[in-house]
Amino acid sequence: MRYETDYRQGRRLLPTLPGRLAYLALAVVLLAAPLLLPTFYVGEVAFVFILCIASLGLMTLTGFTGQVSLGQSAFIGLGAYVHALLLTAGVPLPLSLVGAACVAALAGLAIGLPAIRVSGLHLSVVTLAFAIVTEHVIGRWKGVTGGHSGLAVPEPLLFGFSLGGPRAFYFLCLALLVAVLLGLLNLMRSSIGRSFVGVRDSEAAAQGLGIHVARTKVTAFVLSAGISGIAGALMAHQIQFITPESFGLALSLQLVLMVFIGGMGSLRGAILGALLIGLLPSLISLLKGALPSRIADQFGLELFVYGAVLTFFVLLEPTGLNGRWMRIRALARDFPFLRTASAKRAKAYMRSERA
Amino acid sequence: MFQLGLQGASTGAIYSLVALGLVLGYKATEVLNFAHGDILMLSAFLGWWLIEGVGLPFWAVLPLVVLVIALFSYLLEARVMRVIVGQPQFAGVMLTIGIGFMIRGGVSMVFGPDSRTYDTPWTGQTTRFGGAVVADLNLVIVAAALAVTALLYVFMARTSLGVAIQAASQNQLAAYLSGVRVKRLNSLVWAISGAIAALCGLLLAPISLVDLSLWFVMLKAFSALVLGGFGSVPGAIVGGLLIGLIEQFSGVYLPDGFKDVMPYLVLIAVLVFFPKGLLGEAHGRRV
Repeated sequence: MRYETDYRQGRRLLPTLPGRLAYLALAVVLLAAPLLLPTFYVGEVAFVFILCIASLGLMTLTGFTGQVSLGQSAFIGLGAYVHALLLTAGVPLPLSLVGAACVAALAGLAIGLPAIRVSGLHLSVVTLAFAIVTEHVIGRWKGVTGGHSGLAVPEPLLFGFSLGGPRAFYFLCLALLVAVLLGLLNLMRSSIGRSFVGVRDSEAAAQGLGIHVARTKVTAFVLSAGISGIAGALMAHQIQFITPESFGLALSLQLVLMVFIGGMGSLRGAILGALLIGLLPSLISLLKGALPSRIADQFGLELFVYGAVLTFFVLLEPTGLNGRWMRIRALARDFPFLRTASAKRAKAYMRSERA
Repeated sequence: MFQLGLQGASTGAIYSLVALGLVLGYKATEVLNFAHGDILMLSAFLGWWLIEGVGLPFWAVLPLVVLVIALFSYLLEARVMRVIVGQPQFAGVMLTIGIGFMIRGGVSMVFGPDSRTYDTPWTGQTTRFGGAVVADLNLVIVAAALAVTALLYVFMARTSLGVAIQAASQNQLAAYLSGVRVKRLNSLVWAISGAIAALCGLLLAPISLVDLSLWFVMLKAFSALVLGGFGSVPGAIVGGLLIGLIEQFSGVYLPDGFKDVMPYLVLIAVLVFFPKGLLGEAHGRRV
């Protein structure tokens, strides 16, 4: 049991000493990793960081505000294209990142304002359609985006230093991930974050407590789109030559997968989910050696594994990786006093939408 | 003009049927089946394998595939989907997406990713209507859609099983208390929806191609569903036909590229400005 003797203790992000030490160790490992790992893996880890940012963006919207969006790829794609175009026009990197985030956020506003009229399944279908339309528009608008033949992304430069190398780019991604994560951590403890959760759990109750439900939903949309825009800008550097296909439906679905597998409504879940999904292709390619070549050569294997992992989590682990993590931690904390009852999931029945 | 209309109507008939399958499953179990398109694709591949690989005639393949897929859908509902009853709607979306991925991945692993085609009794034949030339296959599709709709209507309205299904989808508890076997009926509805998807797959494949991207039909069916009014069976049919016509005519009268996005633009516009759809009931927030 923890006792607090000071208000500042209650406000700390990391209240306990072991927690602080653990995160310090993590920071040291992350900072030292690019110097020790081979270049290929540094690039892979940087990519996972980008996915983490994108998944945090979706978690804000889906996990905390309860708005299921299947159209995140549109915001990511917009961010990527705006960033590439701004850099080509000679805008410095920090401004261009802000610009990408702003344009994506504006798109979020544009789709969020009408989307507050619909909810639930309807909303996910609207965002899905929006993502498909955006992909087509980018593909067709050849004069600006280069269409399906693609657009080359200039090298990232910061104050005259090139960040294009895998190691420098790794640190850029890490810095932005930490910034986004800290920002969201604090936001979620603020009144805005609390109103997000309130809207998710019961719109009627939130309204009754004086929360402006529509405005909260739009705020969540804008915020989520803006974060996705940043992720898109970084992703543009990662793939270096962007085509509309890289920001298709598959990316949206992958993000939803991350958020769900990680565990709805937790930032740690978003990170864990992005880690698992981001590293899955590498794991599969490791596995391929052990499989008969007839199966291993097929591209469907990856899709199948994604589906199997998702099905597994929905059926057997609906609280996601974060829920499992919390249970392991609780187990370690009260070790000798195991209570099976606390690990059991309470059976909850949702109110159905029909009468 | 007439020819365009007929072509649009025949694509629309497919959308109608796919949307019909979706709406049936949705009404029964409140799960929007994102794997529906993949089931359709699976049946097209099964049909190709039985016709080209095994060498069965089309008329033997049709009932066989429909039955197999119906059984598959029945088991899917009874063994898998039932586990998540009572969980938020989102869980159903995720589960069906996962199942869809597995089907798509499995098909791609077994059959390979390249596209192929097979012959039906109507391939290459055309009929003249006044000045318009129409492929027989398109006519068959429209006829099949009409037949399925009529059959389904008779089944739902005239047989006691159909009335029980309607009752169960209106109020599960009341139906259960009056002795309707709700669980079994839900599985049966999924089987019917699967059978319709299989029929669509078998008829659509010779027109487009037997291809992994066949599941995209489902996205157009979403538009049909929304346009007609979410959760309304006649709405799904009307919406499907309209989407088919809109797509066909926007390909001719609007600038290049609109044909591909028009169904989705319609979807967004309808949901934003007129969420009820044409024949749907209000989906207002119940507190």
